[in-house]
Amino acid sequence: MPKNPSIEKILVIGSGPIVIGQAAEFDYSGSQACQALKEEGYTVVLANSNPATIMTDETVADQIYMEPLTTDFLTKIIRKEQPDAILPTLGGQTALNLAVELEQTGTLAEYGVALLGTPLNAIEQAEDRGKFRVLMRELGEPVPDSDIVQSVDEACAFARDIGYPVIVRPAYTLGGTGGGMCYNEPELQAITRNGLALSPVNQCLIEKNIAGFKEIEYEVMRDRHDQAIVVCNMENVDPVGIHTGDSVVVAPSQTLSDREYQLLRNASLKIIRALDIEGGCNVQLALDPDSFTYYVIEVNPRVSRSSALASKATGYPIAKMAAKIAAGLTLDEIVNPITGTTYACFEPALDYVITKIPRFPFDKFTSGNRHLGTQMKATGEIMAIGRHFEESLLKGVRSLDTGAEGLLSPDLADGTVEELKTRLQKADDERLFVLAEVFRRGMTVEEVWQLTKIDRFFLVKIEQLIHLEMRLTANQLVPEVLTEAKHKGLSDAHIAQLWHTTADNIYELRMKHVITPVYKMVDTCAAEFESETPYFYSTFEEENESVSSGREKILVLGSGPIRIGQGIEFDYATVHSVLAIKEMGYEAIIMNNNPETVSTDFSISDKLYFEPLTLEDVMHVINLEQPKGVIVQFGGQTAINLAEGLERRGVAILGTNLEAIGKAEDRNQFEQLLNDLELLRPEGKTVLKFDRVEEAAHAIGYPVLVRPSYVIGGSRMEIVYDDDELRHYLAKSNGADDTHPILIDNYMTGIEVEVDAVSDGETVIVPGIMEHIERSGVHSGDSIAVYPPQRLSQSVKRECMQATEKIARELQVKGLINIQFIIRDDGVYVLEVNPRASRTIPFLSKITGVTMANLATRCILGETLSGMGYDSGILPERDFVSVKVPVFSFEKLRSVDTTLGPEMKSTGEAIGHDKTLEKALYKGLIAAGLSVPQEGAVLLTVADKDKAEALTIAERFHQLGFKLYATEGTAAYMDEANIPVTKVAKIGSSERNVLSIIENGDVQFVVNTLTSGKQPRSDGFMIRREAVEHGIACLTNLDTATAILNVIDVTTFSAKPMMNKRNVLS
Amino acid sequence: MPKRQLILEDGTIFNGNGFGAEMESVGEVVFNTGMTGYQEVITDPSYCGQIVTMTYPLIGNYGINRDDFETVTPFIHGLVVKELTEYPSSFRSDETLHGYLQANGIPGISGIDTRKLTKIIRRHGTMKAMMTDADRPAEELIEKVKEQPHYTDQVKQTSTVKPYVVPGRGKRIVLVDFGMKHGILRELTKRNCHVTVVPYNYSAGNILRLKPDGVILTNGPGNPKNVPDSIAMIKAILGGIPLFGICLGHQLLALACGADTKKMTFGHRGVNHPVKDLEKNKTFMTSQNHSYAVTHESLKRTELTITQFALNDNSVEGIRHKLYPAFSVQYHPEGSPGPEDTPQLFDDFLLMVSEFRRKEHIYA
Repeated sequence: MPKNPSIEKILVIGSGPIVIGQAAEFDYSGSQACQALKEEGYTVVLANSNPATIMTDETVADQIYMEPLTTDFLTKIIRKEQPDAILPTLGGQTALNLAVELEQTGTLAEYGVALLGTPLNAIEQAEDRGKFRVLMRELGEPVPDSDIVQSVDEACAFARDIGYPVIVRPAYTLGGTGGGMCYNEPELQAITRNGLALSPVNQCLIEKNIAGFKEIEYEVMRDRHDQAIVVCNMENVDPVGIHTGDSVVVAPSQTLSDREYQLLRNASLKIIRALDIEGGCNVQLALDPDSFTYYVIEVNPRVSRSSALASKATGYPIAKMAAKIAAGLTLDEIVNPITGTTYACFEPALDYVITKIPRFPFDKFTSGNRHLGTQMKATGEIMAIGRHFEESLLKGVRSLDTGAEGLLSPDLADGTVEELKTRLQKADDERLFVLAEVFRRGMTVEEVWQLTKIDRFFLVKIEQLIHLEMRLTANQLVPEVLTEAKHKGLSDAHIAQLWHTTADNIYELRMKHVITPVYKMVDTCAAEFESETPYFYSTFEEENESVSSGREKILVLGSGPIRIGQGIEFDYATVHSVLAIKEMGYEAIIMNNNPETVSTDFSISDKLYFEPLTLEDVMHVINLEQPKGVIVQFGGQTAINLAEGLERRGVAILGTNLEAIGKAEDRNQFEQLLNDLELLRPEGKTVLKFDRVEEAAHAIGYPVLVRPSYVIGGSRMEIVYDDDELRHYLAKSNGADDTHPILIDNYMTGIEVEVDAVSDGETVIVPGIMEHIERSGVHSGDSIAVYPPQRLSQSVKRECMQATEKIARELQVKGLINIQFIIRDDGVYVLEVNPRASRTIPFLSKITGVTMANLATRCILGETLSGMGYDSGILPERDFVSVKVPVFSFEKLRSVDTTLGPEMKSTGEAIGHDKTLEKALYKGLIAAGLSVPQEGAVLLTVADKDKAEALTIAERFHQLGFKLYATEGTAAYMDEANIPVTKVAKIGSSERNVLSIIENGDVQFVVNTLTSGKQPRSDGFMIRREAVEHGIACLTNLDTATAILNVIDVTTFSAKPMMNKRNVLS
Repeated sequence: MPKRQLILEDGTIFNGNGFGAEMESVGEVVFNTGMTGYQEVITDPSYCGQIVTMTYPLIGNYGINRDDFETVTPFIHGLVVKELTEYPSSFRSDETLHGYLQANGIPGISGIDTRKLTKIIRRHGTMKAMMTDADRPAEELIEKVKEQPHYTDQVKQTSTVKPYVVPGRGKRIVLVDFGMKHGILRELTKRNCHVTVVPYNYSAGNILRLKPDGVILTNGPGNPKNVPDSIAMIKAILGGIPLFGICLGHQLLALACGADTKKMTFGHRGVNHPVKDLEKNKTFMTSQNHSYAVTHESLKRTELTITQFALNDNSVEGIRHKLYPAFSVQYHPEGSPGPEDTPQLFDDFLLMVSEFRRKEHIYA
């Protein structure tokens, strides 16, 4: 029997906004699932509040609800749509938790909705630490000594029993949020207190430390006939102790003998069977490197980040299969889409090595705590494929897009061996580079193993790469050594560095000696069966399997790993560009290296090259495919940065040309452009030397905005108010690249407006203008954006449009352009021009109904907008209001300041849309995970410059019945204005102080605008962190506070006395 | 390491690095898709006379240990890998793969495009090949490879010469050794059986004299038609003693019952072969290593029913005799290497043995 006939309509729950621990992988799995269910003839209803996803595209499901993912809203959707079943196993922890809540509130039973995939008790058995241990004991599967605690005292008592170190794991939290390794009682107390607060059920597991064990994962699938298979197993290079999301991971396992492999396979299959899961499941195990002893660490009864990785690693589409299985199909009747001739009921055989390397946000959060532990910190990841470990690893390092083209970090060269040893012992995000460096210093594998417990297998490989480096250094420009180095996976850039020449020279030398790669296919079966998957990777070997077709081809470059400032939005645009290219009859080829995304699903493009995005790797594909040209404008800064090199090597960049990109990015050219077009901009200067910065700042006048040129997402951009702050900024940026100038701009406050336009060089259309809630100074990615704008006059909008048109025409933009304006006293100032896809494209496309990336691609390939029926201008505004609310992952990033400023900090976004701004904001805030309480208390601590403005806010909170708390200065100011406020003591005071009221949950909001200033650990910083760690909304911007006040205002009724009669009469 | 070449019958030449024993070797080149278990593969006697290509590119990662042998002396004629791991890492590792092959007189070649080789085998079927020093003239050698006759005596090479006993207190089982993997023995000793291993050419009379409760026909190398006497032996004991055939044993049971076998293009070698069990109505992941298969058509004229088939190519994977207590499977229920999804078959067999004894007792 193919599928369950009692079901017609299925509600699929997405994972919502992107946060650390729950990222683009759920867009990939969710969209695959929806498509799979539609293929089977079901009506699919989708709920997801993340507008930046492919999943929420109108073609993916039959009905799409971009509403907050809460039980309230889901109940409304269920009531309206009356689905027969709900599928929550493809939307991460968020969807799974919602399913549990919907069951507990009786909604599922009330509306007769069946739960597909994973039974409720399995969710509980896997997620609830106590039930999990009971189940494992019943199965005879070992789990590490552990105890569930609900208080700090219980935790300490248990730890005294089993001995330190112990691991704390809070129940039902994402990506290990709030957990950690504790070496002593004070650490245990702090982490447990935090973990209990973050766990929705106030439970933590205190677990025996098995750090140093091998960490192995199995991705398993099972159907309703109890047929179960292993899709892939993976081995963490980093042993137990570092979250698997933060570990370097290889697939398949490299150091397991068949006996160990089968031992863990048996355990994994036993578990998925016991949980009665119909679909996919992830089992994490710890294996003693010195015996057959193993422990089951964790089970995810759903599709996870690891399953997205496993899908891309093997070619086996887990989410698609899981959805079909959940709908009643069985593994032995689903055809394997890769081979087309075999069935889904088999275990993929790999003939390559996969390496996954996490991408960390510490290039942005330089002051963040970089130590890796059980709390995930990576924002994204890359995957690399090679025919051996070294090649795979080095391709992975290149794919990170951190500038490293090999295992070489110039920063480490100065470190002493002792410093490096410390960093080996307590791993941080640069561990791979540290490993390479210590081998360069002559440390032995045994010494390194003692400090890291990384399996010697991997250490030897890295050590040998360093030996190869030495051979290269000793044999300059020798073709034989070059061949060896290329076969081992070294990049031209790395070799060039060792040979003191340029990458271009190495490239030429290679072309002369014909040292070029071939491409191999990913086919799930190690070539045993004929397959035609258009999914390739490069290697230096004999046979090339990627045959270039005779069709006209376009190559699209993706955006690489997800990081702050370059998120899933760019993958959305890339996918739409690829689809448009296919529609236009060209062969669409994509290069990308992010395993989490939809763009690297081999069924999206005509051909997928899973490769690093460096000049060398892109040129190899171009040499083989000979495309008509390359599209770089959808792949964020990663792709844009490649344009220059590609052009230098004679490759056609399609769409907006390089010169235009330069004009927008180079400060002098940009100024010239605006002057020529007679457009206004905030006054600014470009300074090449550090010592001239102060002088420039004085000329412009404080406050000023300082930043290095060529940045993504406002890296290292700051507003400084005086000489002191400026000097501090410069000291901090010491490590910054000296070759790029420093930009100093007048910090102009006003309404920030963002325009995204599609242009063919002649006609320019603006599907929508967005206005930011927060005034200029907050990075556009961190601001709440509103469409249509609420505060702009027709004439201002017209002026923005005219400016956009002028710029687009002058730059001869073919494709997309994003312009940010500041509106001050009805004057329109141009802040920034980005002649490429921006992160607002998916949001705007969805709310306006214009698929902008599609139109842009058509323009890039020569179609005209007028030919498509468009005239220049702003498209008519829709009559509903949509807001884009940023989502942060601060609770996962210790020591990161949460204050909003010019540097982007958000990891994702949520949408809210409704009839009025307040309703839309309410939904947006809820969807972003903030609560909008109707009563309670607010803590106000504001900087002197903000006090007057804060007064209005305080007054309004008071009117709405909120109790006010304030620190000394702020309280005095409020007192003077006759606003009743309770003064709280400063940090460190033994009485009830500003931190303790947050800790005790006495306040629902914190409004804090104290800048970090010179000390990285100021009082303001500590207040903000305290709020984050206790899950209390901390508003660092008064505009955001006002917006929330407006929302509370329209959703509550305040008590007001009748007006005094006498006053009226007198 | 010396340069070495692999010369295929069709004229394709692969140049790589030699490892293992420094010698020339000829054999049938096949590929195995397992990602772990090279030690078991190398020591599986069913590979006798073959040059085995591992499709997984990194081989030797966990070295060679004392536990995972499937036979005492390996019978493969060569090993082909993409990359040989020189420094293995495992708590059980006693020596490197290179050292082991060297000590056992088996040559290896590394550094070649094994995926290309696999695709050649997939397209043209298994073929003869030679592994030799790189400096020898290939043209002459191609002719030599072509002229090399196919081996027919692999069972004789791999089977035990004399019977021996692995004592136990449970059921008395005779294992007819056609090139047995230790895994089969391990499954029986785990179940307390008293096992007598006999050579492939042991007569029916001699087997009956041992008064076994059941007979297992083991796996083994080559074409089942190369051991006609064994087929006769099976015919003689069929019906009188419960029988369980594995791999070559399965093919021999089929031949003894009047069915036929044929050579497959490139066979099944790996640990991920889905097999549908029609009796249990379930698909299992199995470990396989065979070049020959029982044909569907030939079963029609016999008293055999098909009980299992390969999901991917529909080939016969299991049969059962309609009248007599005898069944067999093409794959390896003992795993090693490979999944342990089907050890139940050994229990099924022992249950069949008990049932048979009970009936014999009642109707005797």
